[in-house]
Amino acid sequence: MEMQEKVIKIVSDATKVEAGNIKGETNFVDDLNLDSLDMVEMMMKMEEEFGVEIPEDKTEELKTINDVTNFLKSNAN
Amino acid sequence: MNRVAVTGISAMCGAGNNLEEVWSNLIAGKSGISTLENVDENMWPIRIAGQVKNFEISEDLLEAKEQSRYDRFIHFGLHCTDEALKQSGLLEEKFDPLRIGAILGTGLGGFPFMESTTQTYWNRGPRRVSPFFIPSFIPNMATGKISMKYNFKGVNYTVSSACASAAHALGAGATEIMLGRHDAMVVGGSEAVLTGLPFAGFNNMKALSKRNDDPTKASRPFDKDRDGFVMGEGAGILILENLEKAKARGAKILAEVVGFGATADAYHITAPHPEGEGTIPCMQQALDMAGVKKEEIDYINAHGTSTPVGDVAETKAIKSVFGDHAKNIDVSSTKSMTGHLLGAAGGLESVVCVKSLVDGVLAPTINLENQDENCDLNYVPNEAKKRDIQFALNNSFGFGGTNSTTLFKKYEA
Repeated sequence: MEMQEKVIKIVSDATKVEAGNIKGETNFVDDLNLDSLDMVEMMMKMEEEFGVEIPEDKTEELKTINDVTNFLKSNAN
Repeated sequence: MNRVAVTGISAMCGAGNNLEEVWSNLIAGKSGISTLENVDENMWPIRIAGQVKNFEISEDLLEAKEQSRYDRFIHFGLHCTDEALKQSGLLEEKFDPLRIGAILGTGLGGFPFMESTTQTYWNRGPRRVSPFFIPSFIPNMATGKISMKYNFKGVNYTVSSACASAAHALGAGATEIMLGRHDAMVVGGSEAVLTGLPFAGFNNMKALSKRNDDPTKASRPFDKDRDGFVMGEGAGILILENLEKAKARGAKILAEVVGFGATADAYHITAPHPEGEGTIPCMQQALDMAGVKKEEIDYINAHGTSTPVGDVAETKAIKSVFGDHAKNIDVSSTKSMTGHLLGAAGGLESVVCVKSLVDGVLAPTINLENQDENCDLNYVPNEAKKRDIQFALNNSFGFGGTNSTTLFKKYEA
């Protein structure tokens, strides 16, 4: 599975929004209506899945699926 | 002071997932206590409970993504509140959100999430603790979610007084209406702690029945062979309203809350005062507040947990309050069928009192095969009894020596 697909699956599982309706440019707050607690939970799941630590100050910059995928790609071991 | 009407009720427990299921099973004398499946015998010395089965909360009440974020007592509280509100018809009315509140009771709150998250913390470290952990278990989150679901902006809090929690919550809610601060209140309580740690704790206090092989016979209040209480889970919710306003909107009034008492034993952390020094004035307060003579009381839903000491102490206290009239009162413990719902017990049993007043039927104390000679009242043994009653009284007592009594009156238009 491509990294983007994996990210979308995690988001889909957590939000119960169908994976088909989540795209690279989907915005967590504007499109998926996630609040700050949702975001923390989501980032924890990403960290767990990809074995990457996402620093707290970084999470605020990760607004879309693409942002997360790019961050993970450039930080994955 | 304003009169207080009950306009909606709901309950769930091992004996059923809604009011009608629970009530028909209780009236039929059917036990809701069963063997817990799939538990490790080494970790679970006691494996029987009044467990809610086949329950899934509706997505109308808790969205799919939220369901795993809230502990079970919150699901129960929402589920029963919804049923009770629908019965009351309150949601079809235009209401001022600030005039409706919610006060519920829970003894332990979200213990299951506390237990599992503690393991996460120790095994996987603080970074793996969910940001939803705190809202998932805090005791007042059932009332919080109720306010959000129905836009009730009045008083909103949770009472925790062990096994008297829901009863105290009811008294607090009734007070809001009596004083005219609110027009309607969601009251009662919910509890769901059938996980390993509470069983281990209560068992090591020697509080639980050890009848693992005979679950339906394990809870036997007032019987010679009783050996402790049986854990239960569930909820009991009531909608209270300003009686005149409920009448004006054409609501069906089920019963009235006319009095309540609340005292402390000031005696021992877990044992009841053997002579009822706390419970006697507690029941008396409820009668005095209502201005009702003791001779008018027809039915008591007893605290009656099936512990050797507690059942005798409560019997003594009832005899002391009611004197000769005690023999005319029907006293039953529905915990014989539901197990002990801990902080929700007073909610469930208040619902039972209201149904008894409405239907003129009293739920029995089952498993009363050899009555303890020190328990010498009429306990409605084993079979329901038809009796048209005017006043029903509920006792709920908790660890810490806390006592609560609520008095309900049949409503006559």
